[in-house]
Amino acid sequence: MNNEELKEHINSLSFGEGWGEASGDWLCFNIEPKDWKRFAKNLRSNPELNFDYLFCVTCVDWKTHLTMVYHLTSTSYRHVIVVKAKLDRANPEIETVCDTWRTAEFHEREQYELFGVKFLNHPDLRRLILTDDFEGFPLRKDFEDPVNMIKL
Amino acid sequence: MEKVNKNTVPESFPGQVHPVPGGDIVLTKLDDIINWARSNSLWPLTFATSCCGIEMMSVASAKYDFSRFGFEVARATPRQADVIIIAGTIVNKMAPVLKRLYDQMADPKYVIAMGACAISGGPFFYNTYSVVKGADHVIPVDVYVAGCPPRPEALLHALISLQEKIKSGMTREQIKEQPTQTLPKGGL
Repeated sequence: MNNEELKEHINSLSFGEGWGEASGDWLCFNIEPKDWKRFAKNLRSNPELNFDYLFCVTCVDWKTHLTMVYHLTSTSYRHVIVVKAKLDRANPEIETVCDTWRTAEFHEREQYELFGVKFLNHPDLRRLILTDDFEGFPLRKDFEDPVNMIKL
Repeated sequence: MEKVNKNTVPESFPGQVHPVPGGDIVLTKLDDIINWARSNSLWPLTFATSCCGIEMMSVASAKYDFSRFGFEVARATPRQADVIIIAGTIVNKMAPVLKRLYDQMADPKYVIAMGACAISGGPFFYNTYSVVKGADHVIPVDVYVAGCPPRPEALLHALISLQEKIKSGMTREQIKEQPTQTLPKGGL
């Protein structure tokens, strides 16, 4: 499927409310965090989509809110989509998808330590690389470290 | 009387060779000959933390070949290494590992800081929560090589500079105490 067909096909699933396409090189979908888990399961199990590979999980700090970004591809069809979910900055929470894609388990741990996003029902939500006593979320825009960083 | 074959005594040999019947007599200072031997057999530790490591491997390989100068072979254990080339960024989590490797090396041991990251934290990553701003915050450094990454020739120059430093016969502490001390001709 090309991007147009893919867009139509995924839109026809009419998943929840308040989601649509954003701009970018890859086909993007904005979703509500509460719909993410069901949407994810659908993307993976639908035989015509078969998104069996979650190749990037990241987060963006917009100062007003956080955005979780998931990059998905299919090893059989080779099509790619990007799914974005807007999170509350004060209390960022989203369902884990590590039961759908096993790789999310450590990807989500990384976002947990760098941005402080809480992944609900994650089996092992610990820090991944930072030391256990590290304070703060270093990739947030308001992170301050007067010992190691100079303010520009 | 047999003539001494000049080709068998390298010019850099710190001493004199007197030909006498039945064999030659070598005159030198023990300190000098120890430093001469040390400087010509400096085995580096296999240690690289980022892109400078690729350049260091290039210096070890056939085209540049640091074996020509006595850096014979990179050792995979600090127990057998004489010099550690810090090739790459040192992050806060790596710092204790670097310190430990340095402590495990047998004396005499030498350190070369290769590239901008090892000197000062680097051109890109210095203003972050995770990077050590120069490897000399963790262990003492003998020779610094500028570059990002330095050319293989630059690293070779640094290695030869280290040899000159060793041949000059002082420890880095002694060199620091004597800022007016001039290094031998052609060195550094």
